[in-house]
Amino acid sequence: MGTYIVKRFLLMLLTLIGISIIIFVLLRLMPGNIADIMFDSAGFVDPAEKAQIEKELGLDLPIPVQYFHWVRGLLVWDLGFSYVSEMPAVDELGPRIPITAKLAGLALFFSVLFGLPLGVISAVKQDTALDYIMRVVSLSGLSLPSFWLALLILMFFVSTFGTIPIYMDPPDNLWDELVLYSIPAAAVGFRSSALIMRLTRSSMLEVMRQDYIRTARSKGASENSINYRHALKNAVLPVTTIIGIEAAFLIGGLIITETVFNIPGVAHFLVEAILMRDYPIVQNLVMLIAVVTVVINFAVDLLYAVLDPRIKYAE
Amino acid sequence: MKRKVFTIASAASLIGLMFCAEGALAAKSGGVLKAYHRGTPPSGSIHEEATNSTVSPYMGVFNNLIMYRQDVAKESIDTIIPDLAKSWSWNGDGTKLTFKLRQGVKWHDGKPFTSKDVKCTWDLVQGKGKAKLRKNPRKSWYKNLDSVTTNGDFEATFNLKRKQPAFPALLAGGYSPVYPCHVSPKKMRTHPIGTGPFKFVSLKQNEHVKFTKNQNYWKKDRPYLDGVEWTIIKSRATRVLAFIAGKFDMTFNVDVTVPLMKEVNSQAPDAICEMVTTNVSTNLIVNQFKPPFDNAQVRKAMVLAIDRKAFIDIISEGKNIQGGAMMPPPNGVWGMPPEFLKNVAGFNPDIAGNRAQARKIMEGLGYGPNNRLKVKVSTRNIAIYRDPAVILIDHMKEIYMDATLDTVETSNWHAKVARKDYMVGLNLTGIGVDDPDAGLYENYSCGSQRNYTGYCKPEMEKLFEQQSMMTDQVARKKLVWEIDKKLQEDAARPIIYHGLGATCFQPYVHGFVTHVNSVYNNWRLEDVWLDK
Repeated sequence: MGTYIVKRFLLMLLTLIGISIIIFVLLRLMPGNIADIMFDSAGFVDPAEKAQIEKELGLDLPIPVQYFHWVRGLLVWDLGFSYVSEMPAVDELGPRIPITAKLAGLALFFSVLFGLPLGVISAVKQDTALDYIMRVVSLSGLSLPSFWLALLILMFFVSTFGTIPIYMDPPDNLWDELVLYSIPAAAVGFRSSALIMRLTRSSMLEVMRQDYIRTARSKGASENSINYRHALKNAVLPVTTIIGIEAAFLIGGLIITETVFNIPGVAHFLVEAILMRDYPIVQNLVMLIAVVTVVINFAVDLLYAVLDPRIKYAE
Repeated sequence: MKRKVFTIASAASLIGLMFCAEGALAAKSGGVLKAYHRGTPPSGSIHEEATNSTVSPYMGVFNNLIMYRQDVAKESIDTIIPDLAKSWSWNGDGTKLTFKLRQGVKWHDGKPFTSKDVKCTWDLVQGKGKAKLRKNPRKSWYKNLDSVTTNGDFEATFNLKRKQPAFPALLAGGYSPVYPCHVSPKKMRTHPIGTGPFKFVSLKQNEHVKFTKNQNYWKKDRPYLDGVEWTIIKSRATRVLAFIAGKFDMTFNVDVTVPLMKEVNSQAPDAICEMVTTNVSTNLIVNQFKPPFDNAQVRKAMVLAIDRKAFIDIISEGKNIQGGAMMPPPNGVWGMPPEFLKNVAGFNPDIAGNRAQARKIMEGLGYGPNNRLKVKVSTRNIAIYRDPAVILIDHMKEIYMDATLDTVETSNWHAKVARKDYMVGLNLTGIGVDDPDAGLYENYSCGSQRNYTGYCKPEMEKLFEQQSMMTDQVARKKLVWEIDKKLQEDAARPIIYHGLGATCFQPYVHGFVTHVNSVYNNWRLEDVWLDK
């Protein structure tokens, strides 16, 4: 197990180095840079003034030199300055990351809270009216675009309650924060919960046809014990993988949700930074997302062994 | 009996008038104006930007030498009033404009304002000073400015190369604030210092821009507001819904479109929405350096193919307005009137006739049903650009042109235009001040950076100069119409329509007057007050 962890850790490092190169090069292959965008708000491009800005920002240096500067900065936690606000990237990213993390955590919590038990119920009550209803709801969760759902929620609130649940000021306490984030989290988590529900259902159905379930039943085990102690424990393995993937995938959904609910998180900020070619923000943020994704994958792999004692990692 | 009725009516009118007068005078101090903003302003330095994303929130930080009256909707040379200048006067031959400056005015950091700041500002704009602006979009406005000289601390003179009676019009707009000498251009971008009614507090990307009352403002009893907070909301649906839900006192500057205004009116019937012409036109840029558009005949055929009414009906439910380079009347001061406009090629309402003429031109050049010209129409990938571009493609089909849409990521648009890497482009152009000296020089003069098509004709330059030197405003207007006619017929930048937009505010917002011929000059907000 120890050797496996070390090997996986080294592989993680290698993956991250590869990702850093890809991010860096891809960003610079995109047409246009911050100097073009700065001129956009002035309505013209002056080649001499543009060259001066590129020089000021170090964009005139060869790409490998720029990459080296960035990596050297990363190692000493110097993330550079945002080209747009001319503020340190750390100051721009720092306050936004917890917001998105909370939102993503809450969305994931909602998805598991609803997706897992409803998946079990749907499997246990297979082909009943309840099963059909839940399947239809889950299908709609998979097919409704999150921006549409989010806008619908806002319109519902405005027309019914005369208010709008968007972010205006930082919440004062934990309760306000929970209330503020729960609606967007539900909007973005709806899709994930539908996915988890459908996967739990199919996984449960497969497990419930296994011999050991029949044996448990013949030995007189209660239905609850069969469903939750024997079946769910085994059915949950593929679901765990999906939850891990969804955690990373949530960023995509959060971009839209943060935009519609006006939440000042990093997901929406990332898109803005890409459009503005704000390289220091984009490359640091994408790197952070890559680290989170790789770490989550690593954690999920380790969790496998905990959840299924049959799984052993080769030494 | 009659006399009794008259007496009662008179008394009632008098009481009514007294109430009205009291209502007009009872401005209340206090409260923070909450408005939404459509996106993070590119910077706080008005001189470096050409967008109302900057000028609307930041205009209150600054003062000009002179300014357009904020309470008069239609701006003109006659609505200019003193600001940091107490008075101004011309010398005999109209080449020296001298301003007497206010004394005792302080910058937000406590330093005194003097004539040196005036000189520094225009040296900066002309690129003469040590400090440099990163971008300088209005350099062409000051082509005729030779220098700014000072006489003591409280007198500054603008020395012009030639007579330019409309020069004050350029100085009175929101794009012409006075900057402090002692603050670097970099700091002005991130933390601007002015003498205006509001001090800059903070800007957080995608979150807010905040301003607080300048307690030491030189104008007594102003501003009424304790501050102004702009919340940045990128999603237009969200921000308009938030306004409807009462989260904001005011929308962003002309952010509400014709269809959205209907929504606001139906869901928030108390809200006041004022739909105005924005002095932003939708136009064509035709690359006259690229065949076949280097041929004036092809450009003429294109101009004749456009059905402007169709554009207006589809895009704005018939509300946008037809006109040329200058904003058309009644809101515009200098635009061609309808009876003049209909005689300009392409503006004749007989669309079938225009197109028949255009097809004839194309046939003469060898094009026809079996030899159609392949064209690419480039535009920004934003709805307000893309939608009219699609209609344009449809119109071009009528004259043997098969066009395809080339949508360009918005960040690359101006770079592409500057490289002349397009055949036909669909563009939007905003003009800060409704005066030919701004619009003509900025967009059509040789060498101007915002003259995207590179249109440059010595005879037109002479006409630009001629109109600029005229003191007789009636005669100047007639000449401007002729110039505009020529510009449209030359397809220098054919104007398709002039756009409209609405600014909405809650009924308790007072003292804000929407201007009808520019969206850039009425955001000082010092007279705005809240009656919540």
